[in-house]
Amino acid sequence: MSDTEVASASGPPVATDEPPQVDVTDGGPDMVQFLDADGQRVSPSEVSEPYSSYLDDVTEDDLRAFYRDLVLVRRVDAEGFALQRQGELGLWPSLLGQEAAQVGAGRAMRPQDYAFPGYREHGVAWCKGVDPVNLLGMFRGVNHGGWDAAENHFHLYTIVIGNQMLHATGYAMGVTRDGAVGTGDPDRDTAVMAFTGDGGTAQGDYNEALVFAAVTQAPVVFFVQNNHWAISEPNDKQFTIGVYQRARGFGFPGVRVDGNDVLATYAVTRAALDRARLGQGPTLIEAFTYRMGAHTTSDDPTKYRIEAEVDLWRAKDPIDRLRAYLLAQELVDQAWLDDLGLEADELARRIRRSCQQMPDPEHSAMFEHVYAEPHPGVEREARELAEYLAGFEED
Amino acid sequence: MGTSAGAATKMSIAKALNAGMRAALEADEKVVLMGEDVGKLGGVFRITESLQKDFGEERVVDTPLAESGILGAAVGLCLRGYRPVVEIQFDGFVYPAFDQIVSQVAKMHYRSLGRLTLPLVIRIPYGGGIGAVEHHSESNEAYFAHTAGLRVVSCATPEDAYWMVQQAIASDDPVVLYEPKRRYHERGEIEQAQSAPLGLHQAAVRVTGEDVTLLTYGPMVKVAMAAAQAAQMEHGPSVEVVDLRSLSPLDVPVVTESVRKTGRAIAVTEAQTFLGMGAELAATVQRECFYHLEAPVLRVGGYNIPYPPSRHEEVFLPDLDRILHAVDTVMSY
Repeated sequence: MSDTEVASASGPPVATDEPPQVDVTDGGPDMVQFLDADGQRVSPSEVSEPYSSYLDDVTEDDLRAFYRDLVLVRRVDAEGFALQRQGELGLWPSLLGQEAAQVGAGRAMRPQDYAFPGYREHGVAWCKGVDPVNLLGMFRGVNHGGWDAAENHFHLYTIVIGNQMLHATGYAMGVTRDGAVGTGDPDRDTAVMAFTGDGGTAQGDYNEALVFAAVTQAPVVFFVQNNHWAISEPNDKQFTIGVYQRARGFGFPGVRVDGNDVLATYAVTRAALDRARLGQGPTLIEAFTYRMGAHTTSDDPTKYRIEAEVDLWRAKDPIDRLRAYLLAQELVDQAWLDDLGLEADELARRIRRSCQQMPDPEHSAMFEHVYAEPHPGVEREARELAEYLAGFEED
Repeated sequence: MGTSAGAATKMSIAKALNAGMRAALEADEKVVLMGEDVGKLGGVFRITESLQKDFGEERVVDTPLAESGILGAAVGLCLRGYRPVVEIQFDGFVYPAFDQIVSQVAKMHYRSLGRLTLPLVIRIPYGGGIGAVEHHSESNEAYFAHTAGLRVVSCATPEDAYWMVQQAIASDDPVVLYEPKRRYHERGEIEQAQSAPLGLHQAAVRVTGEDVTLLTYGPMVKVAMAAAQAAQMEHGPSVEVVDLRSLSPLDVPVVTESVRKTGRAIAVTEAQTFLGMGAELAATVQRECFYHLEAPVLRVGGYNIPYPPSRHEEVFLPDLDRILHAVDTVMSY
């Protein structure tokens, strides 16, 4: 006891139970994992045991569906990247490496559950039924968000880091007011998911969201994909203890999960969503993963990180490990994998074609929807622009 | 409220806002009030007094002390179908929420191509004249009037307070309602008729005159009206007072009609003048009334310094004499 007092008196508190993270690929003993980097089922542990029942009803078809999701989402992402390089998109934020974190979380959600993404959540969008083509408009500059958020239960991408954490919390507060938690009706009880990254955890809005969620016991799951890089800044520029450990200070549970293990992510997220739907309040999930690519197509990671680190994570690839598992269990064969490859090719073709054919908007459209109700100032300028442009047509 | 239609009630702006919100809470169960200390305490100005007692903690919510959190959570509530009315405790405390208001509240309808609406009201007690400490006397309406996607209005009378807060709540757009805190306890007649006498974005001519138009709003309406009366008593110029009521959008037709008649315009604000509402009004008046103008458009407002320690208020804030001095100036051209 006296040692603790001396320690706290002589400097900032230190999380003594956290191993020093010299190896950034090591999630430590608290990390929930069901499938290791080689695709082997991990033997049950005290840490993973509370979640194992959430895999009991996962069928062989479900496992193949997870794999299909991972492959197709990676292909969507690759196509987005290629379209940027070909000049069809202005920017693309790649999710390469984070497929399992997003598919695990996305597939854990029920249709009525609402997701609030950042701007890299193409895999969650996929799971919520957003056509990947509709993700492209904002990166092509034809709109600021081309899908129906309310219909998909997938909010528009939020570019200002952390803003969406509060939107998710407020939405969840509304869910509670609607009496849509704790009824026991699986089609009615609703949870909300808020997505951000390791950099987002430093934002005021992130921390305020956790405060609001805690004091209102809102049915929200904060899902932090710790991909280890906030553009050029590594974890040690953002926090000094694990993201999941900070939940305790807000008054609700936090758990670290292997974000490259789709089974673990799925199980842990299901547990947290169930907790939320029961009215037991928020959970913080830290999905321990890695951003294999650049921050966006505008970024150059060779300026700030070494390739050896990327290689370490390449050996932990989320798709390779599930494929190894499925093949070892004889749940898929090469012909099935080949068919999936063809499906991915066709998806990519459709995305490319749809992107290239996406029309530029009429300029008059930029004045639309500034307000829901009439606004004479906007109407005046729209009229002036129309008259100005019409003047050229007469010449 | 227990007053029958047609009867006039005498009420302060504070009580009128309270009555307006009470009516909105009664009319629509989706209306939720939220803010710091708005519950048991009834807000530091008691504008929400008794509302939590009467409507419950789910309808009148004491939030954590975090303005960005309040606004961000209100956005989420809107997306779930609610109509939050947010109280910012003092003008100078809105800045932590600036990002949510400007980046999210103002743009959500636009970026969603009209699919998402944010029927959100942000109430801000504003302005000086109460001898307050730093950050409690600011007039920051220009920041929000500058931001497309927001509607910005300010009430000057109990009747407007009563109706405008209800109209703001009924609007499907986000509305920033600036409440003149130094006028909170001034009383006036309210005709609780079946419907509001004016639209939310209509200006009102408070005093009719022939020679000079004072364009003003909020706490300065009373000062401008006093200036008009003083000029009349002294057999000086005939002064018209236009209470803008709405800062975004501006009621350009009412402004234009008045200035074309008088040929002279002075914008009167508590806010610092540089790039403020007066600048916008001057540009608008010159565009719409150029051939009618007898003098340049002048501005009377706060000096372009941070809001000073309150012992300077009587000089910093425009008063009757400074307005009359400007009236004399435009009359001398």
